[in-house]
Amino acid sequence: MSLKRRHMLGLHGVSAEEITTVLDTAESLKEISARPIKKVPTLRGKTIVHFFYEASTRTRTSFEIAAKRLSADTVSLSASTSSITKGETLIDTAKNLLAMSPDLIVMRHSQSGAPHLLARHIPCSIINAGDGAHEHPSQGLLDLMTIRRAKGRLDGLKVSIIGDISHSRVARSDIIGLNTMGSQVTVYGPRTLMPPAVESLGVSVAGSMEEAVNEADVIIMLRVQQERLTDVLFPTLREYAQRFGLGSKHLKAAKPDVVIMHPGPINRGVELSPEVADGPQSLILDQVANGVAVRMALLYLLLGPEAS
Amino acid sequence: MSQPRPILLKGGRLLCPASGIDETGDLLLDQGRIAALGGELDAPADAEIIDCAGKWVAPGLIDMHVHLREPGHEYKEDIASGTAAAAAGGFTAVCSMPNTDPVNDSAAVTEMILERARAVGSCRVYPVGAITPGLKGQGLSQMAELKDAGCVAVSDDGHPVSDSRLLRRAMEYASGFGLPVICHSEELSLSAGGAMHEGPVATALGLPGIPAEAEVAAVERDLTLAGLTGARVHIAHISCAGSVAALARAREAGWAVSGETAPHYLALCDQDVGEYDTHRKMNPTLRSQADRQAVRQGLAAGIIQAVATDHAPHSVLEKELEFGFAAFGVTGMETALGVMLELVEEHLLTPLEMIERLSAAPARLLGLPGGSLTAGGPADVVVMDPKAAWTVDPAKMRSKSANTAFAGRKLPGRAMLTVCGGKVTFRLED
Repeated sequence: MSLKRRHMLGLHGVSAEEITTVLDTAESLKEISARPIKKVPTLRGKTIVHFFYEASTRTRTSFEIAAKRLSADTVSLSASTSSITKGETLIDTAKNLLAMSPDLIVMRHSQSGAPHLLARHIPCSIINAGDGAHEHPSQGLLDLMTIRRAKGRLDGLKVSIIGDISHSRVARSDIIGLNTMGSQVTVYGPRTLMPPAVESLGVSVAGSMEEAVNEADVIIMLRVQQERLTDVLFPTLREYAQRFGLGSKHLKAAKPDVVIMHPGPINRGVELSPEVADGPQSLILDQVANGVAVRMALLYLLLGPEAS
Repeated sequence: MSQPRPILLKGGRLLCPASGIDETGDLLLDQGRIAALGGELDAPADAEIIDCAGKWVAPGLIDMHVHLREPGHEYKEDIASGTAAAAAGGFTAVCSMPNTDPVNDSAAVTEMILERARAVGSCRVYPVGAITPGLKGQGLSQMAELKDAGCVAVSDDGHPVSDSRLLRRAMEYASGFGLPVICHSEELSLSAGGAMHEGPVATALGLPGIPAEAEVAAVERDLTLAGLTGARVHIAHISCAGSVAALARAREAGWAVSGETAPHYLALCDQDVGEYDTHRKMNPTLRSQADRQAVRQGLAAGIIQAVATDHAPHSVLEKELEFGFAAFGVTGMETALGVMLELVEEHLLTPLEMIERLSAAPARLLGLPGGSLTAGGPADVVVMDPKAAWTVDPAKMRSKSANTAFAGRKLPGRAMLTVCGGKVTFRLED
């Protein structure tokens, strides 16, 4: 098994076969994390740089654990420790990194397209760990893995994504991945948080919370970013929670086997009520566990013995 | 300075939209003037004779909207390199926007620009003065002084005057001195934070959008104030359907208004941003395919009278960056004619109409010399080969900057020879 690509910049253009390869690989690597000694030597001698221009705890930790379980050496650079603050350009910083011969760079950046810029300038594999409001492919893949494990398939499902679609790279990667695998995506949220021409992403837009919830096999709730309040994209967190938050009352009318997901970190009592977040339908912690497996799979497929 | 030799342009297709001339004939340039034209002309003994068979001979092109970057940003462009780029594109005159450092808001800066242009320039330079001191949107520049120093218009290009009352005053005051007001029309509260045209492409790329309405709302306001004040108002770089419609209505109302677009809005649209290509990032942004079509139709119908390049050189320091961080702006003077020849090939414009938009109209709108083939008029002439196809190579530009939106594009033709004031300013080497 291998991928026909050197980078993972986004799920746009990634085929159903490639996605299946990643998910199958992740399934086979998942058991490593359950062993008493959670380490295999597959990527011994490989150097992975985690290059984070934007604060991240869980994604970076997940990537670091994934790399370490495959025995790769890892280095982390974050916005506060790297030379960004010294006015160095992205390309200069990357070339300096490259001079240290890394095998792969995992990159997060506040600007959409930043990893694409890097990929044009340096000859080393890049995994996009989130670029602006564009894509977050490893999150998309771990969401697909979580759904496939819960539902046994990825085609013919109805998935609703609720919240801030406009600023969400998770939503874009989820939508692209789900469409590629043959599921239907519905989105819902305040009109101010729907991107212009949202249907062009390949989704339908629900008219109410009920419409978004009732037919869904999977509900993905997105995090409300507090800074959207200062942008005046909605009036108050109170009204947001009342109109766009998911609570037990919504689930009464939902399909009995609906599952609830969230990319984290959650705002309890805003987009998710505590009962739903901790309830039996919540897969939020499964997502975290699957995240490590999916990232191990990506590293293995891009760097391992069978990488092209 | 010694007078250049007379030049006899032999047997070209003479194209002059101002007089309607479209015929094969000779053109004689002598003493910095067009000495004679039409039919077969005898060459003076010392004349250089240039065979123009199969070529088009037209009045020198006039670019009413460029950024020469001098003073202040000479690492991007200076008056020598910018006017050399102009000459290579077939231009014999350019209007330089005031957003230099220091801003051209005083006679001293205007005179410095004109002095440099005389010393090192390859074309005529007509400075455009600032509407407000420092382009800060407050107070009025000393427009009478600017006009006396040589400014041909005023504009706060790139920093549109938000205060409608102040813009009204500026229009009223400028019109008292016959100075046109050039408006970069943008409602900043709608465009703030945006990186490209708002729509499906921006949504897919996860880039913050700028709605076309940010331009249209400002165009409507600026034209409305033109109606109120009776001032000569010119709308710069029209990029979308709504602005074309607004300009058409204002012209029907009889107001003294005009507009220009730029080659990139005629040739490209938002889809051409591709994978975050910062050489396709400019302000206004590349709009939708429907907007592009409306701008093309507006140009063909003469609603938009002129084409200007908005030549905006930036170095790699401003362009080899994350898309959101990259500067807005592309170069344009060396590719404009080639892109316009595409429109002729597509039968959107006749050759005369193309030259009208690139030369006669800018001269008329700003009251500049040139823009026609007239005996006794300035010897500002371009000889173009409409069939000399070439591929745009950023490395071969005269401009100091390589931020062209047309790298790799095959254009149907180009300028072969540019003559400004009787002096050869560009000659294409084989």
